[in-house]
Amino acid sequence: MSSEPNINIEHIATLARIALTDDEKRIFASQLGDVLAYIEKLREVDVSGVEPMAHAFPVFNVWIEDVSGPALPVEAVLRNAPASRDNMISVPKVVE
Amino acid sequence: MTPPYYFGTIAALSEALSVGKVSSLQLMREVIARTREVEPRVGAFNSFDELDALAQASASDLRRTEGRTLGLLDGIPIGLKDVIAVEGQPLTASSRMLANFVSPYDATVTRKLKAAGAICWGRLNLDEFAMGSSTENSAFKPTRNPYNLECVPGGSSGGSAAALAAGCAIATLGSDTGGSIRQPASFCNVVGLKPTYGLVSRYGLVAYASSLDQIGPMTRTLEDAAIVLGVIAGHDRNDSTSYPAQIPDYRSAMTTVRGPWRIGIPKEYFGEGLDPEVESAVQAAIAHYRTLGCEIRTVSLPHTQYGIAAYYIIATAECSSNLARFDGVRYGHRSSEARDVNELYFKSRAEGFGQEVKRRIVLGTYVLSSGYYDAYYLRAQKVRALIRNDFLAAYRDVDAILTPVAPTPAFRHGAKKDPLELYLNDIYTIGVNLAGLPAVSIPCGFTRAGLPMGLQLIGQPFREAELLAIGRAYEREHPWAERHPSL
Repeated sequence: MSSEPNINIEHIATLARIALTDDEKRIFASQLGDVLAYIEKLREVDVSGVEPMAHAFPVFNVWIEDVSGPALPVEAVLRNAPASRDNMISVPKVVE
Repeated sequence: MTPPYYFGTIAALSEALSVGKVSSLQLMREVIARTREVEPRVGAFNSFDELDALAQASASDLRRTEGRTLGLLDGIPIGLKDVIAVEGQPLTASSRMLANFVSPYDATVTRKLKAAGAICWGRLNLDEFAMGSSTENSAFKPTRNPYNLECVPGGSSGGSAAALAAGCAIATLGSDTGGSIRQPASFCNVVGLKPTYGLVSRYGLVAYASSLDQIGPMTRTLEDAAIVLGVIAGHDRNDSTSYPAQIPDYRSAMTTVRGPWRIGIPKEYFGEGLDPEVESAVQAAIAHYRTLGCEIRTVSLPHTQYGIAAYYIIATAECSSNLARFDGVRYGHRSSEARDVNELYFKSRAEGFGQEVKRRIVLGTYVLSSGYYDAYYLRAQKVRALIRNDFLAAYRDVDAILTPVAPTPAFRHGAKKDPLELYLNDIYTIGVNLAGLPAVSIPCGFTRAGLPMGLQLIGQPFREAELLAIGRAYEREHPWAERHPSL
């Protein structure tokens, strides 16, 4: 945790796959700077020897039997697809 | 019970339905008429389907005539937050991203409500993707507080709280990631229960932060909350975090669990920033428990002050991961401007998400990005463990913990523009989610300006019946929820 959090908004927006406008970049950088400065509080806490908690209860490795069950009909799934053709979702060209 | 039925409780209405004093169709017609009357001012609904609701009501009446009634919820209109899937109905999460999405299946809670005969009624407004505390972040419209239309209803389940308070549903479901059931319940004078993490399946709930999200009931009484919880709780193989807990009959269990109890008052929850009117209302409730013979003990939850920081790391990290699914490919908004697949992602997400959602995705992406994971996410998860340990240590000495729900009553629309200022408002509710505990918001009076206030009771894991019983000991003599708004 750097002492002066400075968020490279361009890089982060690219990682998040969101096109931000210049105004959004400027505003977010300032607002997130404030939030990150606040989050610095956590550096005060002594966490040595503390196991990280991902979950409220120690439930791990929940297995279910590998058997097929009822699934949605293709038509029902494609009803929400932005574009489809021949029972498939169509997208812009992926490879040149 | 006496009309108007739209302000009735589940307990009273199920009795009236069973003796034929009212039919489900009549009740549903009343609720629809009330909704048409007040909805233009309150704005609690993203949409509602009157014909579908009336058909469900007729089916309930037919079951009753044939002696096939399914239980206490049969024929009762229950509103659903617009993040809970109902087959054939819109599921928008109050986002442009899902503006045209129609659910192809029922959420597990929806399936259970239907199996109990409840009428699934309306799609209730929220902060986009449940991110917010005021319902002002909805992409469609802000919801207004029925007790003062100039004020927010709270959030993110603001539509669920406002619709119930305004008489547009008999009960509603909300979801709670950092206080999103309890805070709007306190702002709108209704009961809001966040169950123990893992008690209620989230299958069919639009995910925000999966290690924190939990669905729960919003009702007019604790008894009604017990009735709804009993229907929606239980293990579900479709949610791997669902816990195989025994589900008691909460309604009868809450009447058999008896005090006096040991009630903990965490000193960290009564400090700077707490509105004096809220504090005195909560102190009055503490005094009430003392007169009942309960032992009131001061307890300490020393890591409280780190809750918000830990929460906004964990929640945004998980949201950045969960919302990666909205890529413009399979469902949701797709930009018409995209020429290649990368533009499809960047532009669809830019056009589909609102400001707060983008802000949280960016923050979450940052804290998970290369070189920062240990400093932010891992450290937050360790602090989370310390916060949970604080609560578990306190429960060695007390049965439940009593606090305010929010530092202030409902604030005015547009009053809190700075994101951090709004985040700090979640101080009393966030610890419960981080620790995975059950907690309930109970109406505890009105300010001089006529705004509702709420107290929070925090219980021990999977001991909702006891939590509701402790709450009932206050509610019985302080039925604040019976005071309806004048709309």
